[in-house]
Amino acid sequence: MKVVILGCGRVGSTVGRMLDERGHAVTIIDRNEQQFKRLGERFRGETIRGVGIDEDVLRQAGLESADLFVAVTNGDNTNIMASQIAKEVFGVAHVITRIYDPVREQLYQGLGLDTYCPTTVQSQLIVDKIQERAAARPRP
Amino acid sequence: MYIIVVGGGKVGYYLTKTLVNEGYEVLLVEKNPEKVRIYSERFGEVCMQGDGAEARTLEEAGAARADVVIAVTGDDEDNLVICQMAKRKFGVGHTIARVNNPKNEEIFKRLGIDTTVSVTNIILSYIEQRLPDRELSHLVTLTHSDLAIVEARVTARSPYVDRPLGEVSLPRDVALSAIIRNGDLLIPGPDTRLEPGDDVIALTNRASEEELREALSR
Repeated sequence: MKVVILGCGRVGSTVGRMLDERGHAVTIIDRNEQQFKRLGERFRGETIRGVGIDEDVLRQAGLESADLFVAVTNGDNTNIMASQIAKEVFGVAHVITRIYDPVREQLYQGLGLDTYCPTTVQSQLIVDKIQERAAARPRP
Repeated sequence: MYIIVVGGGKVGYYLTKTLVNEGYEVLLVEKNPEKVRIYSERFGEVCMQGDGAEARTLEEAGAARADVVIAVTGDDEDNLVICQMAKRKFGVGHTIARVNNPKNEEIFKRLGIDTTVSVTNIILSYIEQRLPDRELSHLVTLTHSDLAIVEARVTARSPYVDRPLGEVSLPRDVALSAIIRNGDLLIPGPDTRLEPGDDVIALTNRASEEELREALSR
């Protein structure tokens, strides 16, 4: 599968490395070249320095022939805009978008993006853990 | 009419100021608290601190009853999301987005923004529309030589008018390549006569450009 990832932070670089190890063709975009160090020396994919909301940069990353686009920069609006360009302009079949703001996440999920919200997921995880502890503790 | 402007840079500032003076009900939403303080001192309670891409900010700003939301921040991704939130979540009738990268204008339209404004594209189209009126316009500059392809409108005072081109002495290294007369293409020959109002396309040496312009459009 041909995968283009926008944002080479902790999540982007980890997803990139994992998919690369599994034999997928990975291209990763970041505006800061230093971030590519996170990929490690064994990474065989491509790296492109540029802004992800620029149609030309996305084209250069090979979005026209990509099967999957993942937007995980630390900016919600950048992820939202890049994802919509990927879907509407380049017709990428599967687009995954990270949105920290739960309200925005709900809205864009309703508009057809495959979104996920770390805020909601992590909060739920923490609350579940606390409740587990509370349930395990014997009542006085 | 109630108008919400998001982004208090130069465009947002002057837009808000003008709209207030025109008597509209306006609210300017700006992230930077310092700017909000200064603007509030200058034109009263028409400024609110907040992130216009946040639903809570737009709700507080009264987006639900706004007729127009105008996003004029310096970031295209923010302007897009502000307008989409306003439209999809609050049902705002008309959204206007400033577009910084001119390529995004088309994308914004496809993504449902009602009106887009790109200063770059406005200037570009102005230049392109004015092209035929200019005395001599560069159509192409040939990079590897000193030649250019230019276009000029023939005026009545041109010494080339009403004489067979075979008898006209053109500047050095100039070839008249085509004439456009009333929208029709004519390929000039020695017997062709230029008429006022003709558009002439010529291949010329850069050194002869000025002389050609002077002769055709005096």
